Amino acid sequence: MTVTAPPAPARSARRRRQRQRIPYALLLPALLGLAFLVLPLVGLLVRAPWSALPEQLSSPEVWQALKLSLISATAATAVSLVLGVPLAWLLARTTFPGRRFIRALVTLPLVLPPVVGGVALLLVLGRNGIVGRWLDSAFGLTLPFTTPGVVLAEAFVAMPFLVISVEGALRAADPRYEEAAATLGASRLTAFRRVTLPLVAPGIGAGAVLAWARALGEFGATITFAGNFPGRTQTMPLAVYLAMESDPEAAIALSLVLLAVSVAVLAGLRDRWLSAP
Amino acid sequence: MTTALDALLRVDRAAFSLDLPLDAAPGEVVALLGPNGAGKSTALRALAGLLPLTDGHLRLDGAMLEDPAAGVHTPAEQRPVGVVFQDYLLFPHLSALDNVAFGLRCRGHRRREARALALPWLERMGLAEHAAARPGSLSGGQAQRVALARALAVRPRLLLLDEPLAALDARTRLDVRAQLRRHLAEFEAVAILVTHDPLDAMVLADRLVVIEDGRTVQSGTPSEISRRPRTDYIARLVGLNLYRGTAAGHRVELPDGQELFTSEEISGPAFVAFPPAAVTLHRHRPDGSARNVWPLTVAGLDLHGDQVRVDLTGPLPLAADLTPAAAAELDLAPGVEVWAAVKAAQTHAYPA
Repeated sequence: MTVTAPPAPARSARRRRQRQRIPYALLLPALLGLAFLVLPLVGLLVRAPWSALPEQLSSPEVWQALKLSLISATAATAVSLVLGVPLAWLLARTTFPGRRFIRALVTLPLVLPPVVGGVALLLVLGRNGIVGRWLDSAFGLTLPFTTPGVVLAEAFVAMPFLVISVEGALRAADPRYEEAAATLGASRLTAFRRVTLPLVAPGIGAGAVLAWARALGEFGATITFAGNFPGRTQTMPLAVYLAMESDPEAAIALSLVLLAVSVAVLAGLRDRWLSAP
Repeated sequence: MTTALDALLRVDRAAFSLDLPLDAAPGEVVALLGPNGAGKSTALRALAGLLPLTDGHLRLDGAMLEDPAAGVHTPAEQRPVGVVFQDYLLFPHLSALDNVAFGLRCRGHRRREARALALPWLERMGLAEHAAARPGSLSGGQAQRVALARALAVRPRLLLLDEPLAALDARTRLDVRAQLRRHLAEFEAVAILVTHDPLDAMVLADRLVVIEDGRTVQSGTPSEISRRPRTDYIARLVGLNLYRGTAAGHRVELPDGQELFTSEEISGPAFVAFPPAAVTLHRHRPDGSARNVWPLTVAGLDLHGDQVRVDLTGPLPLAADLTPAAAAELDLAPGVEVWAAVKAAQTHAYPA
């Protein structure tokens, strides 16, 4: 997963490819694949109850869910940044026994079904979980089925995206800048803060947006660990799922909102993503 | 001579070991000169504290900075050392002024204060009008001066310069070299310069330390070294033909049985050196006064400034410099056989 802009030669190579004849055996499945990806979105737009949309979207439940989604996704991104950037630094800049194994563990949530993540979180942080029981008895703190629980579930799924992105940026950044900072009297922490962070800021930004988008769409871990309580843990994806059963038009309206948010994110990242080779 | 820098740099790696004694007086500029892979950069990194010594010691102005046997290792950020890196490593996200102010800020100055202290350094480098520029928009020569200002701004007691002119094109190099010479002359503490360019080393340094394979092979003033090179590498650097043999009177016998006649009288192990310009080439055996005459084969021709450098192989491989006209007249080409002559008076013999 690279999030860096392509070098110029890649673009000219693509132009050269376009001039060549494209074999039908490749063109046909390619077009089918494109249709498969685009048609559902078109369907969503076509079937949208445009006239009833203002009414649908003005219901307080929708705004409640949207607000909760935005807040919890942002909070999950903040958690990922605070914990994930130092973790990425550790993976990129230090060597310690088992580093490769740790790195594999970090990326595990990328491939783990989110529901499994939710179950695992419940087992650890649930009221009877290993850590959860202690949190409950010592601080009276309960995480499952609360808004902070939503944030945790989303961060669990989203943080690896950030870690991988930032680690890649750190590996690409020249570590000798940190040495230069050291010769000027900067401690390792100062060098990290004043030299490394600004150098990898684009990577951190891309990772944060990626993590945010992943958190916004999170469903499995959230519903398993935090449940589906309107106003407290019911985020947009959960609201969409619930609405599909009772009020499909509302589900479409909610989906349109999420689609709009996604398109906005994509537009914000167009230089990094859409131009990727 | 008071010693400001007193170091024995020992670094052992799997395929390489450095064992380099290094001393310098305050205000002295020492150049570490050597081929690629000789250990120059390793020595520099060890001095800066970026690479721990495996053995030896490093003392600066009387303070022990590193002594592995006693478990002393002062980390880079606590050493009074400034480094100008080969590609400068100016922080790309900071302006020229903030690059220079960086070290001052690390030493506890507030932003405004640090900038006020940094500006005079840019002014000294003639870069005041570029204070707000990002490194990406500076020319190579300007970036080099910003890097020098950044290193000097923290008032180091040891200034390290890693190939300070290598990244510059030939024209800029001349200007920057002259400026660097001036700044180094003003610098009151020890400066160590690493380079593989003998001209840079001789122009900038008071003393040269030539290293090969992690060991000192010769050290001395630029004129001593260029007059009396002790290894092939140095002889090539200073543009001399160099041979080592055993002298008896005016005759020096080389290990393969060849002999050279010199004007100096000397005995025992000796070096004989002569410049390529002292060699004359002839199509037929010359009858003149030259006592050193050998039949050789042209191996290659190369334009060297306004001279043609001719590489010759045979009993005594050597390099000769001729004018292009002379080369044309002799109709030289690789494989052509010629006679090479050198007058004894043009050779220089000294004890090995």
